Amino acid sequence: MQRMDGITARERVRDVWGARTPFDRGHAWPDRVDIALAEGVAEDDVDAWVQSACVLCSNGCGCDIAVKDGRMVGIRGRADDPVNRGRLGPKGLFASWKGMENGDRLTTPLVREGGELVPASWDDAMDRVARRSRELLDEVGPLSHGFYTSGQLFLEEYYALAVIGKAGVGTPHMDGNTRLCTATAAAALKETFGADGQPAVYEDIDECDAMFLYGHNMAATQTVAWARVLDRLAGPNPPLIVAVDPRSTAVARRADVHLAINPGTNLALMHALVREVLERGWTDDDYLAAHTIGLDELRGQIEEWTPERAAEVCGIRADDIREAARIFGTSRRVLSTVLQGFYQSAQATAASCQVNNLHLLRGMIGRPGAGILQMNGQPTAQNNRECGADGDLPGFRNWENQAHIDELATLWGVDSLKIPHWAEPTHAMQLFRYVEQGSIRFLWISATNPAVSLPQLPRIREILGSSDAFLVVQDLYLTETAEFADVVLPAAGWGEKTGTFTNTTRTVHLSEKAVDPPGEARSDLDIFLDYARRMDFRRLDGEPLIDWTGPEDVYRAWQECSRGRPCDYTGISYDDLRAEGAVRWPRREGETESVDRLYSDAQFPTRREQCETYGHDLLTGAVLDEPTFAALNPDGRAILKSAPYSGPHEPPDDEYPLRFTTGRSAYHFHTRTKTGRARELVEAAPSVWVEMAETDAAARGLAEGDVVEVRSRRGRLVAPVRISAIAPAAVFAPFHYGYWDAPEDAAEPHPTAANELTITEWDPVSKQPVFKTAAVRVERVRDPS
Amino acid sequence: MKLPIYLSLLDEAERTLAESFRQVADEHGDEPDVHFLCQTLAGQCDEHRDRLRPVIERYGEGSADDEPERLHGDGLERARTGPLGLLRDLQDLYLLASMTDITWTMIKQVAQALPDHELLDIVAACEQQTSVQLMWLQTRMSQAAPQALIASR
Repeated sequence: MQRMDGITARERVRDVWGARTPFDRGHAWPDRVDIALAEGVAEDDVDAWVQSACVLCSNGCGCDIAVKDGRMVGIRGRADDPVNRGRLGPKGLFASWKGMENGDRLTTPLVREGGELVPASWDDAMDRVARRSRELLDEVGPLSHGFYTSGQLFLEEYYALAVIGKAGVGTPHMDGNTRLCTATAAAALKETFGADGQPAVYEDIDECDAMFLYGHNMAATQTVAWARVLDRLAGPNPPLIVAVDPRSTAVARRADVHLAINPGTNLALMHALVREVLERGWTDDDYLAAHTIGLDELRGQIEEWTPERAAEVCGIRADDIREAARIFGTSRRVLSTVLQGFYQSAQATAASCQVNNLHLLRGMIGRPGAGILQMNGQPTAQNNRECGADGDLPGFRNWENQAHIDELATLWGVDSLKIPHWAEPTHAMQLFRYVEQGSIRFLWISATNPAVSLPQLPRIREILGSSDAFLVVQDLYLTETAEFADVVLPAAGWGEKTGTFTNTTRTVHLSEKAVDPPGEARSDLDIFLDYARRMDFRRLDGEPLIDWTGPEDVYRAWQECSRGRPCDYTGISYDDLRAEGAVRWPRREGETESVDRLYSDAQFPTRREQCETYGHDLLTGAVLDEPTFAALNPDGRAILKSAPYSGPHEPPDDEYPLRFTTGRSAYHFHTRTKTGRARELVEAAPSVWVEMAETDAAARGLAEGDVVEVRSRRGRLVAPVRISAIAPAAVFAPFHYGYWDAPEDAAEPHPTAANELTITEWDPVSKQPVFKTAAVRVERVRDPS
Repeated sequence: MKLPIYLSLLDEAERTLAESFRQVADEHGDEPDVHFLCQTLAGQCDEHRDRLRPVIERYGEGSADDEPERLHGDGLERARTGPLGLLRDLQDLYLLASMTDITWTMIKQVAQALPDHELLDIVAACEQQTSVQLMWLQTRMSQAAPQALIASR
């Protein structure tokens, strides 16, 4: 075991992936324990190490929280955890605990009085919430209520919220910011395989011969997973790497083939890759015949997409497409990962399904090294998808399947019509539209910051600021969103409460309470349960709908809800998690082993009575009904589907000639609520910047560091320019930089947020907003003041 | 031979539907899914008319005297506004798309009976899109109706 004790914080911030521990294909990834402690605290000084996992990306690295004198004073990776083998990234090392330990945490509820937010008691604040909620339920009904939650809470909190919303209030208007990060992962898995559920595992990085990263800047977003890839690349028999990204990222720089496509053209590229694999006969025809349907339709959709045609649309060389296809078609074991470059771009679901299709064409799924990672962005996004606080139904149930609704109704003891299932649950962008139109009049936002993370921020500020909706915001800090609230509820966060969460590869961790929350802050679960008690939601038999008192009660209820479903947790108890550290689902009651890779038996959850969806038309998002699905008769086979290429909307023109794409820094998470409070990370990435290609900068007479204004039809961003190897005509900015920490004398605080520019538009199937294709122009700011 | 009348009827139905999709796209720009998809679907209708053109030329235009004008569906006069207006506009689009859908079905019957392989190929390429248009309209209306009729102000 290598210790990193000698490495200073400054070095780990500069080298975000840490020292190499090279290993050969098929071998175990070596341990390397990373640790960070507050200044003056040594490992021996620590009073207690409390088991947890990191919540600053979807990796979910196993860790122990260092506690001294009742405070969090550091963090150490767990060497026995299969996710990270002891490692932690810069966000985990510095922001996980420093992001919680801050003088400006919310410590009491706030209520709006005479236009100002003033401190109040919990009883006063929650009474206002419950009173307004009750009034609107009586006056208008459940459709007046909306809930917008997070990818940051624990499983127990999502499940409690889902039951409150679906069986207590009875509203379909509940979603999470998971809509912005991971909705397309879920949609693509559902459309192809019949249900959500990550097919592959991180151990496939150890086993693969080639790795394809589709719109996935893993080096910045999951630094520890990328360290694993770097260790393979540094060892014998390294995998070939293919990267699809308009930017020259750290991933792209290590790639054997870098496809720097024009933003918004993913589907054209994917059609060409699928066509090449078919044309060259690199398919597993027996597998296709036995385990898939839809090959003829797929052939029809990709027929015209020669490498030359795609090369022209994507702005790359046809030979690079051929070479990428050759690597896919001839490598023994290929692992694909997909993230925001696909999920937040045009035709997201259709393009992501084509990744699934490529693997099915070669029967390359469910084997060591051969698999698909439709990635998550946030640490607990997976739980929101499972528990149904995000526009899904709990336990991957199908809203079109009456038997599934009846199961939930029985479990919760309510009438099945109480559970809204007359349409798909409302997605986030539609939810905010209903607030804008005044039909949602009670909006409860928990652990997220839409005032910075949603597209087209001037519009979002207008909605939050001028709507007469009663706005409840529950968070650690007074965020940009909380400033608009009628009631602000101070939440306890990571390390201050107990709960479970599941990473992007179905690995469940228990995160134990290490310290008390500051002031009067309460766990999100306690806040939801308080609301449920005040609302007095009842079952049909007159008993309280919710009688849970703590997280383990809720977890046990969730285990029942998951029973028999693809995400079966009935064999994973709190005690199992304490003893084993990290456990994958599914594990059924009585089992002691988990299923590692899904679909190794090529049995897909597409049976009518089992599936999570009957599917959609991928061009329009039209819902397929039960008879249509029954006629397809997939019956355990995977479904090859995609859509015709239609390209991004808002094409560049003379006025706005460039394409704007947003992304992430390795040093920050989401809107910097935690990472912006860790000094090391703030120093590493203090403020927003804009990236442009050399030719585009030269055409505007711009040099490195010049301050520019990027303008779209919706807003403006002002930032210094960095000249980079980004694809020509593309402009990039990171989306983290809201204005909670703007100088008090700033004349105009807003133009640091990339989402000032983005367009209000979403994928027709996953409903994930399109953050990566807005048309913009760039000009030098003559006088930055 | 009255097929030319029905070909003209279909051509006119697709024209009306395309125009109405565009009207709804323009009027409901604040509903981005409706805005962009109605533009895409209008493009499909245009494409259907392009595909039909050689067949219409081959059979000749239906004589104006023979054409039973009363069969034509009128397009949207003017798109409405607000949640209820959106629902009503989508429902009007649904009626117009139903008209094209059933007309494609009749044309397919005739193409099989003749038989006319070129026309059958065109039907095969277009009727599926029309049926997806209907499915999408139904999906969007099903989502919108409860909110518009219960909670909107």
